[in-house]
Amino acid sequence: MSLFNRLKKKFSGKHTDEEIENKESDELIDELDDGLISLEEFEEWEQEQIGYKFRMGLEKSRERFQAQINQLMATHRTVDEDFFEALEEVLISADVGFNTVMELTDELRDYAKLKNITETVDLKEVIVEKMIEIYERNNHISEEMNMQDDLTVILVVGVNGVGKTTSIGKIAHRYVKEGKSVMLAAGDTFRAGAINQLQVWGDRVGADVIKQSEGSDPAAVVFDAVNAAKRRGTDVLICDTAGRLQNKGNLMKELEKIKNVIKKVDENAPHEVLLVLDATTGQNALSQAKAFNEVTEITGIVLTKLDGTAKGGIVLAIKNELGIPVKFVGLGEKIDDLEVFSAENYVYGLFSDMIDETSEENDE
Amino acid sequence: MAFEGLGGRLQGIMDRIKGKGKVTEQDIKEMMREVRLALLEADVNFKVVRQFIKDVSERANGVDVMKSLTPGQQVIKIVQEELTNLMGGENSKINMSQKPPTVIMMVGLQGAGKTTTAGKLALLLRKSHNKKPMLIAGDIYRPAAIDQLETIGKQLDIPVYSMGDKEKVETIVENGLKYARENHLDTVIIDTAGRLHIDEDLMNELKNVKEIAKPNEIMLVVDSMTGQDAVNVAESFNDLLDITGVTLTKLDGDTRGGAALSIRSVTEKPIKFIGVSEKMDGLEPFHPERMASRILGMGDILSIIEKAQMNVDLEDQAELEQKLKENTFTLDDFLAQMDQVKTLGPLDELIKMMPGANKIKGLDKVKMSGKEIDHVQAIIRSMTMEEREKPEKLNISRKRRIAAGSGRSLQEVNRLLKQFNEMKKMMKQFTNGKGKKKNPFSGMGLPF
Repeated sequence: MSLFNRLKKKFSGKHTDEEIENKESDELIDELDDGLISLEEFEEWEQEQIGYKFRMGLEKSRERFQAQINQLMATHRTVDEDFFEALEEVLISADVGFNTVMELTDELRDYAKLKNITETVDLKEVIVEKMIEIYERNNHISEEMNMQDDLTVILVVGVNGVGKTTSIGKIAHRYVKEGKSVMLAAGDTFRAGAINQLQVWGDRVGADVIKQSEGSDPAAVVFDAVNAAKRRGTDVLICDTAGRLQNKGNLMKELEKIKNVIKKVDENAPHEVLLVLDATTGQNALSQAKAFNEVTEITGIVLTKLDGTAKGGIVLAIKNELGIPVKFVGLGEKIDDLEVFSAENYVYGLFSDMIDETSEENDE
Repeated sequence: MAFEGLGGRLQGIMDRIKGKGKVTEQDIKEMMREVRLALLEADVNFKVVRQFIKDVSERANGVDVMKSLTPGQQVIKIVQEELTNLMGGENSKINMSQKPPTVIMMVGLQGAGKTTTAGKLALLLRKSHNKKPMLIAGDIYRPAAIDQLETIGKQLDIPVYSMGDKEKVETIVENGLKYARENHLDTVIIDTAGRLHIDEDLMNELKNVKEIAKPNEIMLVVDSMTGQDAVNVAESFNDLLDITGVTLTKLDGDTRGGAALSIRSVTEKPIKFIGVSEKMDGLEPFHPERMASRILGMGDILSIIEKAQMNVDLEDQAELEQKLKENTFTLDDFLAQMDQVKTLGPLDELIKMMPGANKIKGLDKVKMSGKEIDHVQAIIRSMTMEEREKPEKLNISRKRRIAAGSGRSLQEVNRLLKQFNEMKKMMKQFTNGKGKKKNPFSGMGLPF
């Protein structure tokens, strides 16, 4: 079975998807409120709801991307250099990493030559397939969160303003909902108001916050927090850190120190190091991932602000070049606007119309 | 620093064409393909790139008329001109109101850096425009955003008007403006919550605030690392609010900063300021033509000079000049001189602004922390006033004492004294006009 059909199969409840799409989300909630729904039905609904959120969140991005691909096929009917150049632009416009785009178009050039393809329409399916392949190629880090039976320490890092603290609040909420005890460490002692911001989130989700005053040593805060979490038998400790640009040597050293301090208490920790990335970021996200990975060995990406028009295509490049998977995506400002990332959902969200169309053509 | 990557690539391309006595259409085509890739890789929006390539190609294909430059040089000149064009000509100042208060409204996506920029801008306006600024805390959504602005206000000693996060933004702004008028504060900067450009409710809120505040300046704050989406964001905010200027933040990162080129091109609104450090004085006016020449490796001498003028006391300078003439320059003066150099900011940043500096291999790897200066200063500070006046008095036992006092080695003390003497000799020549008087700008212009 081709990757394509597997994806399609995965979403084979096609009519349900469409129904969901046509409904407003509060209508769906009304359905829930009638009290007649069974637990299985609820779980099924919840599953759909996740896919639904993805689709809604990516709706805008998908529409634009879709329109561009279709337009591309319409304006470039024959496979030639102009076509590939235009395709490059479409992919670049989704912020897919530059080198990854070049790699992809080169592979397509070879493929077209090999199979003697002259009509662009015949390449349509291959384009999507290649993109999924690129995401799935480099799989040396698990796409699942590495949760421990006792304490799991999660270190959250990233440049300024990507949404670290907000993401921590949402991740904390998620684990609290699962019945875990969660603690937060206020490791951003630099930015004005950052500690209070985390405290507000802690109060909201019901998580203890370990903090010191502004300007204190973040490594010390984190050290205290890991010890406190061990003592209290906490399930999950999430450590906030100050935003830092990846080219600031001394700030990156500070991060290394924070990581080493965690290791001092528990040599297997941190169990997860999450890099928070703003979906609107362009090619620089790759430089961020590289630099943070060197210092802290990133185990996953949290892709935020995906509810805008940005597509966050750079995550394809990060996965392709560094093998780091996306673990969560932020789809809004509300406390539960955070979803576990599923590559298939993401790619499906970006390409669903194309997949549907091409497979229908194949069916005929 | 931002733009360096783009600069490096473009210069590499330019270097290959500059010596050419004859430029064929094929040469230009190849060059333009590379320029196109360089710009795309720098996050310049693909539509903007397409137009840029078209403009440059059209102009470049028609050259070989001018005699003073080789055709290769002319092509480079065209690229530079078009690049400056793209970035928007000259520096644009902030719009001031005839009747105080001047109202500035900060808008943008979440995490772009509005709150920090609001604080920086207030400081800048107080420092360089003698204004009495006030901040209005209008971000009622993000937890602790008000707290953040209040902390910044306290740090800078700038009043912050806030009513907590329970009131409507419109009310807060209305009352804040009243407060400013009553207290004769002549500049009001309104911080607003970050929002997505497609969030209609929140965008309408901004429209309401605009109507109430009637701002002289609506400043769109954009993260310089933004990718292709920068164009959509800028267009949406501009369509709804008719923004008057743009501030680009986080330019101290290693972003190639293509967003700067795209935004200017689609909104035709000027980039007025750039954020260049996390420190509160890290906001600078944006000079498109200087940035363009920096991208092409032609240096930014003007910015260095301005930095110096802003930070160096003119009277001190006159006194220093007098001392140089009379050859009474002492180690103490040297110490003061170094303090001034330090106020200009990190040395490695300064060096990178020098013309041609980016052609020196490995320079980008050099981390000049200013530590060397600290060491030298420590040595001088360990001397008595008399010793600073008359360094010739320093015998070996005094030198040992100084070395111990400053925590440096004896060799370092000796080296400093030797350098100081050489410097004095050099200055003597310079001020007597015997030395070859070098015009510091003679190396400017086109570096090829």
